Amino acid sequence: MEKSKTFLFVKKNWCKKCGICVEFCPKGVFKLGKDGYPEIVALDKCVECKLCISLCPDFAIFSNPEKKKDYEDR
Amino acid sequence: MMENIIHDYLRPKKSFPHVWCPGCGDGIVLNAMVRAIHSLGKSKDEVVFVSGIGCSSRAPAYTDFSSLHGIHGRALPFATGIKLANPKLTVVVFSGDGDALAIGGNHFIHACRRNIDITVVVINNNIYGMTGGQASPTMPTGAYGATAPYGNLDRPFDVCKLAAAAGANYVARATAFQFFQLEKCIKEGIEKKGFSVIEAVTPCPSLYSFFNNTGRGVDMLKKLRDRAVTTQKAATLSPAELEDKIVTGVFANENFREYCAGYAELVEKAERSKKNEESL
Ligand code: SF4
Ligand code: SF4
Repeated sequence: MEKSKTFLFVKKNWCKKCGICVEFCPKGVFKLGKDGYPEIVALDKCVECKLCISLCPDFAIFSNPEKKKDYEDR
Repeated sequence: MMENIIHDYLRPKKSFPHVWCPGCGDGIVLNAMVRAIHSLGKSKDEVVFVSGIGCSSRAPAYTDFSSLHGIHGRALPFATGIKLANPKLTVVVFSGDGDALAIGGNHFIHACRRNIDITVVVINNNIYGMTGGQASPTMPTGAYGATAPYGNLDRPFDVCKLAAAAGANYVARATAFQFFQLEKCIKEGIEKKGFSVIEAVTPCPSLYSFFNNTGRGVDMLKKLRDRAVTTQKAATLSPAELEDKIVTGVFANENFREYCAGYAELVEKAERSKKNEESL
């Protein structure tokens, strides 16, 4: 079975720029952007350890494109 | 695809971002609790999420379970009423260190003593975060707060020792950094028949940090990561080595009689003796 493609998205209007995802992702998938928000810079390195979506205190990291759509206008 | 399960449980009409400060642990603990419930396959209507007052007590407003945001320190009496009225419900309580152990301190020990089948997550950030940074009953000796400008004179409660001594069936501790362990403890707590206490040690990057210079949420989580030791490891350490450590793991896993079961037996007994009296 082919590994399904990892999807990650930071919802900026929920994110509070705490930097937890940037600090604790073991694979350096996030980088702090100039605007203070995390940027996804190395999605291909993600090992789906779930640490970012677990430790983000603001539920701002979406890992399912459908769910992201559900919350588009919130 | 990995799922961020919490997105299936957020209250539809509630606006986000939530009220908690950047880097606060409350969101992390809520996420762990929701995942624990999800993994048990419970429907939203089977679960009642109860809280009192405080930062963490706002959690039930954000999730789509049946919920009750009660009054300060009184989450457990409300929860007890709900559980006794309908023992089929899964009742989970969120309570801060101040709410659970000071304002609601008596309710806390007596709920442990009754051993009613409720799971309470005590979110311990060592301070009154919502009301201005006063010293809470778990603030370490010597730490600073709005009411402790020269350092806290009092000794902190050990939440887990207190709960175990008061008779709770299940008692465990994990830090907010140990997300998966925390999730597992909450799951075990819910599965356990009887009163379950899970202490979640969390950072308060706003007021605790303001008074004690502990940095941002990231810094405080790193500190929690470094200070956490398992019960097994702790057994090999000297008191001096344990000084700054947070011992995590399961501290009680008992099978004392659960309160609702005891109550049902009592009702039956009362009815039997009434019948006997009538037949005399
Ligand atoms: S799932 Fe793990 S590896 Fe992937 S981005 Fe999140 S923290 Fe990094
Ligand atoms: S952990 Fe969440 S809130 Fe914090 S910076 Fe990352 S996406 Fe934003």
